[in-house]
Amino acid sequence: MVPLSAYLFLSAVLFSLGLYGALARKNAIAILLGVELMLNAVNINLVSFWRYGETAQMAGQVFAVIVFAVAAAEVAVGLALIINIYRRRNNINADEIDLMKW
Amino acid sequence: MTAEQIIFYIATGFILVSALMVVTTRNLIHAALWLVATLFGVAVVYATLDASFLAVVQVVVYIGAIAIMFVFAVMLTKRNLLDHVPQTNANWPWAAGIAALVGAGLLYTASQLTTFGAQRPALSGDSLMNLGKALVSPDAFVLPFEAASILLLAALVGAVYLVNKR
Repeated sequence: MVPLSAYLFLSAVLFSLGLYGALARKNAIAILLGVELMLNAVNINLVSFWRYGETAQMAGQVFAVIVFAVAAAEVAVGLALIINIYRRRNNINADEIDLMKW
Repeated sequence: MTAEQIIFYIATGFILVSALMVVTTRNLIHAALWLVATLFGVAVVYATLDASFLAVVQVVVYIGAIAIMFVFAVMLTKRNLLDHVPQTNANWPWAAGIAALVGAGLLYTASQLTTFGAQRPALSGDSLMNLGKALVSPDAFVLPFEAASILLLAALVGAVYLVNKR
């Protein structure tokens, strides 16, 4: 039997890998890839706490389903923004998209 | 070791290696394909947690829709746009430090939980049936579920509006 700690370890390491990707990568699409890794780490946590807690309470799994929906919405809007920026400025380097920086 | 443990540890190793490849590969198409591998590993983890519905949704929604959308976005932007410059920005050591710190903090917080080394209880009832009922029952989660569906609709309309050429 795998203890809860193994799942928590997996999700903590996956979350920090995703955080590193979101903070360090230059390409805007790669930043979104890092955000996806973080959302997956959160989902693993939610489902494992559901499985190791009171399994008649479905809150953990329901929350994971809602995270799926939020992830789909985030990717749809994020990629639409990136493609729009690419069309206007021919560039998806997050360092150089600084119109709103002063 | 039981079969379940072997499957879990293989899936863990697979997830962590492919997630590392996602954040370090230069070629973005390869990064997106490594993301598909990571998502498959996470689906296996859901299966080991007896969350059969989530394992299927992970494959259908995440791999079938989200990861493929990433591949489309990579192909719609210029190929090898950043291939000859470093893939990370100037602050990457800070990013690595913050990520390591957050990871260590998460592990420390988790190790303080009283349920840290817990073994799993027996499943109570049919969890798939319970999940379906919880999602549509008025005294459970029907409101968050409907809010999520409206969010999805709004996001998709917004995405179509954003990329519509005027």
